[in-house]
Amino acid sequence: MKELRVQPIMNGTVIDHITPGKALKVLHILGLPKPESTSTISVAINVPGKTCKKDIVKIEDRELESSEVDRIALIAPNATINIIRNYDVVEKHRVNIPEELIGIVRCSNPTCVTNSTEPVQHRFTVVSKNPLRVKCQYCLREPADIENHIL
Amino acid sequence: MNCFKGRDVVSVNDFTNAEIEHILDVAEKMVPIARGEEKNRIMDGRVMASLFFEPSTRTRLSFEAAMYRLGGKVIGFSDASGTSVKKGETLADTIRMADAYSDVIAMRHPLMGSARLAAEFSKVPVLNGGDGAGQHPTQCLLDLFTIRSEKGKIGGNKVVLLGDLKYGRTVHSLTSALSRFGCEMTFVAPEQLQMPKEVINECIEHGVTPCLSTNLAEALADADVLYVTRIQKERFPDAAEYERVAGLYIVNKELLSGCKKDLIVMHPLPRVNEIHPDVDSTPHAAYFRQAFNGVPVRMALISLVLGAME
Repeated sequence: MKELRVQPIMNGTVIDHITPGKALKVLHILGLPKPESTSTISVAINVPGKTCKKDIVKIEDRELESSEVDRIALIAPNATINIIRNYDVVEKHRVNIPEELIGIVRCSNPTCVTNSTEPVQHRFTVVSKNPLRVKCQYCLREPADIENHIL
Repeated sequence: MNCFKGRDVVSVNDFTNAEIEHILDVAEKMVPIARGEEKNRIMDGRVMASLFFEPSTRTRLSFEAAMYRLGGKVIGFSDASGTSVKKGETLADTIRMADAYSDVIAMRHPLMGSARLAAEFSKVPVLNGGDGAGQHPTQCLLDLFTIRSEKGKIGGNKVVLLGDLKYGRTVHSLTSALSRFGCEMTFVAPEQLQMPKEVINECIEHGVTPCLSTNLAEALADADVLYVTRIQKERFPDAAEYERVAGLYIVNKELLSGCKKDLIVMHPLPRVNEIHPDVDSTPHAAYFRQAFNGVPVRMALISLVLGAME
């Protein structure tokens, strides 16, 4: 019998098929662990999969909303979200890159108004999902290195 | 075509080709008023806030002349140093204040995207007079108006854009618009100041593949329009290199003698030495007429967004 590297969880969320090496970044983007939370979070990096390696994150006793997890699509476009209840997968879906990114990515243009002290959020339109291209709705520039500008 | 009343003018891409043509039609009607040959008071009782956070000559003066010619009044500033901005007030708050005092806001600001932000915070229409290295839609519209007035149409013209094509906000908006109208384009610039890839890609998306060249005389052979921009000294680390490069792209009477007789030369101004004064007296020189066109085009925009014209 194949030994499991990380134990199954009873209730919560499993984020599977994360691009290898990106699990910690995924947690950072999701703002996990939250200081007030006592949920157990397991992280597995470079797990051998059927065809290639992957990262896995398991968050116990917490079901993540799709609006929360869609932002991780920017760095892990093939990730899947599994909602677990009583050890069963009751919901499974892939992450979706939203049409619009609000407050998720910072504009890389230092002269963009969103990088000033103005009361405005960073707002991007997704121009293309594959390859990922986003355009700032204010300065209309496309940042080249999106991953390094995730807030 | 959407109604113009209440709309902001942030980028020329906010308008369809048909809407652009309509703006230019209205501008044409405004020409005699802009010249002072006819009187019109359709803006009587209306106030325009002219907020220029950066220096400007033509844009600010033509916006203000446009409002005065239509019987309106202007409030505002041409230098932010005497305003609350210096005390640290945000643009958003300045705009909220101007919104309360006026019917329309014309603004220039050094930050890219500032006009879009202003439009979000203002209930009255915002007319973008340049936002840093970003958009300058009213300049683009007056350039299109000049081409249409001088050549009878926009589409189908062979346009050569010359000079600093990398950093010039004017040429980026204009290139995008010209490609939408189906103009053939050649970009002549020193390699380090050539048109950015994303602007070239935009042309291709619009079905126009521009030519890139460093040879001005060759590019001008069958051109209808030459659009010149200033090559700025500060773009070059070496003064001698600047002199050498700038010298290659000086437009003079001799150069134009080999071109089409009805070629027009345009320039957003101010010019330094990229167009020799001997061109001024030739029929090719359209740049002063172009500068005048800023008034009727801005009159048209003010009238349309305030619903005085349809």
